[in-house]
Amino acid sequence: MTNLPGRAEKLSSSAGSVVFDADVLVLGGGPAGTWAAISAAEHGARVVLADKGFCGTSGATAAAGTGVWYVDPAPERREAAMASREKLGGHLQDRRWMARVLDRTYAQSNQLADWGYPYPADDDGRPQRNSLQGPEYMRLMRKRTKQAGVTILDHSPALELLVDGNGVVAGAAGLRRQKGDRWAVNAKAVVIATGGCAFLSKTLGSNVLTGDGYLLAAEAGAEFTSMEFSNAYAISPAFGSVTKTLFYSWASFTDEQGSVIPGASSKGGRSVIARALGKGPVYAQLDQADAETQRHMRVSQPNFFLPFDRTGIDPFTQRFPVTLRLEGTVRGTGGLRIIDDSCATTVPGLYAAGDAATRELICGGFTGGGSHNAAWAMSSGYWAGHGAAEFARQLGTTVGREAFRRGTVGLRSSNGRALQGGALVRSVQDEVFPYELNYFREAGRLGGSLGRLDALWTDASNADVPDEQELLRGREAAAMLATARWMYRSALARQESRGMHRRDDYPEQDDRHLHLVTSGGLDDVWTSARPLASAQYSEAAE
Amino acid sequence: MIEVIDAERCTACDICVSVCPTNVFDKTDGIPIIARQGDCQTCFLCELYCPEDALFVSPFADAPQAVDVAALKEATLLGSYRRAVGWVEESRHLRAADRSYRLFGH
Ligand SMILES: Cc1cc2nc3c(=O)[nH]c(=O)nc-3n(C[C@H](O)[C@H](O)[C@H](O)COP(=O)(O)OP(=O)(O)OC[C@H]3O[C@@H](n4cnc5c(N)ncnc54)[C@H](O)[C@@H]3O)c2cc1C
Ligand code: SF4
Ligand code: SF4
Repeated sequence: MTNLPGRAEKLSSSAGSVVFDADVLVLGGGPAGTWAAISAAEHGARVVLADKGFCGTSGATAAAGTGVWYVDPAPERREAAMASREKLGGHLQDRRWMARVLDRTYAQSNQLADWGYPYPADDDGRPQRNSLQGPEYMRLMRKRTKQAGVTILDHSPALELLVDGNGVVAGAAGLRRQKGDRWAVNAKAVVIATGGCAFLSKTLGSNVLTGDGYLLAAEAGAEFTSMEFSNAYAISPAFGSVTKTLFYSWASFTDEQGSVIPGASSKGGRSVIARALGKGPVYAQLDQADAETQRHMRVSQPNFFLPFDRTGIDPFTQRFPVTLRLEGTVRGTGGLRIIDDSCATTVPGLYAAGDAATRELICGGFTGGGSHNAAWAMSSGYWAGHGAAEFARQLGTTVGREAFRRGTVGLRSSNGRALQGGALVRSVQDEVFPYELNYFREAGRLGGSLGRLDALWTDASNADVPDEQELLRGREAAAMLATARWMYRSALARQESRGMHRRDDYPEQDDRHLHLVTSGGLDDVWTSARPLASAQYSEAAE
Repeated sequence: MIEVIDAERCTACDICVSVCPTNVFDKTDGIPIIARQGDCQTCFLCELYCPEDALFVSPFADAPQAVDVAALKEATLLGSYRRAVGWVEESRHLRAADRSYRLFGH
């Protein structure tokens, strides 16, 4: 293979594995990963990007499309945008981060326009940049990533990180599932952009999102934050996968008999829907959309209508059954804790972007779906790519550096029986899907779940390496299990209701809990309270 | 879930094998096969990338459905998503037809 100048180098390709040498390795090729890869390359790094699926179709954005927190730089508009969700988020956000994300999102979106993204214009000819069609956006991002000289490895899930003798991240290793072999990348810095964890709930585009990046970062010692804000559930037709929720603002919700369910609504009344689903089927009908609105809906979200057009349902005139699918941290806000403006994690050489990172900085405890997450993915991707490239540059030569594999569950031989990924997935889902456990939380029920989850972890830790075909599912299951344990420990620690975190035993917001919850650990999961940045500033001023 | 690769239309270009995020298809000497239907996440993206409108994804996410390919063709459902997003020549204008800005903030 001939290498273009500035490209990552393919070192060897001995039987059963291929090895690359790069400055920066990006794991995940959704918006966060592609922006990170392009940004690292623009800052002079030789970059490899590995995706579990196909960079361009894989991940939540490619399938779903996103509204974007794109706001005119006029100061009063920016102020209103920042103020509007502070209460919903439980006042955990950080104004400084909101302002920098708004600036960065504005710049990245305008960059997309320059690259030819077909943004619409309104009737007065003004361009409108607060929405992105998923397939269109991510097809363009794949093209730009390639043009930036990045080496893309598709169908190449990462299984574990490599770390040097000083605890500095030194690359990662994984599978090439369509080639039946392995890859390893020696890199000077790694960006985790593997998305959130939606627990294989089939919410749109999210079955590749099993928290893998959380697990491999935790194995290298990384910390998490806001993991209690991980119980986002989205509305979809009961039989389908299309969890696009915007249009349910025009819906009425009814029970089996056709009576309107009091208080049920998409915004501000979704918990009523969850409680009603506990009793029987719930139906929706988009009966509040007039003809013009209906026309706008059709062209704005063609995917929303697939389940209806393909079953002969007219959602505007007919009732259809709905359900709530768990989206975990994908539309929650918990994730890897970042410690500076370059999106560095607590592990040297390891950066996080998109849903893999916390979105508490701009969303607090309320969902980042709808606009903030997309803005965060492009902004944090840009910063993490830059930060990783800079870290790599400062590290200088790493010739002769030894790298150690940090993977645990499913990757270490033992005398036990092989890890059963499929069965473990179902056991974890039984603990995180039920509304009475996760939507509506309570100390006794959380404790019961944690007892079972901890026992599953002990079993999984003692299990042997599964067959090559079962290895990915096994690691995905382990990642879901680890995620569930950080979630529920953090949920127990927050003895109040705030943002999306609802405690039946503590139904009110309680300002003694106006702080953030850090978590981490694998065999022993821990949590601790951390003051808000604003509280730290005021303390320093005293 | 993915239900059909229409043998009449498929040219065995294997694009679907590459683009499916959950690796549902396998290459063969002829046209690809749906090797792991249970892994399908019902994201409809293979349909968008199939140049021949040879694929059909049923909207039922949790269970397989019997489908009648002749009826799907009759109802012009094969390729309907591709046309709706403007990824064919006749409907190119739809790529920039997004009116979300009229719908946000309702
Ligand atoms: C139905 C739906 C609608 C949404 N609507 C909105 C909206 O309107 N506005 C908004 O702001 N947000 C919205 N969101 C959230 C938004 O889609 C995400 O925040 C965004 O996609 C995050 O980007 P990302 O790059 O971090 O992750 P993703 O886009 O999910 O990409 C993650 C990538 O990592 C890869 N990956 C996973 N594991 C591995 C591994 N082990 N090795 C290598 N690669 C791996 C995956 O294959 C995937 O390509 C929505 C989400 C859903 C599910
Ligand atoms: S993309 Fe379409 S034409 Fe190509 S192999 Fe798949 S089904 Fe056949
Ligand atoms: S619908 Fe999505 S997951 Fe299913 S086969 Fe097509 S591309 Fe793959």
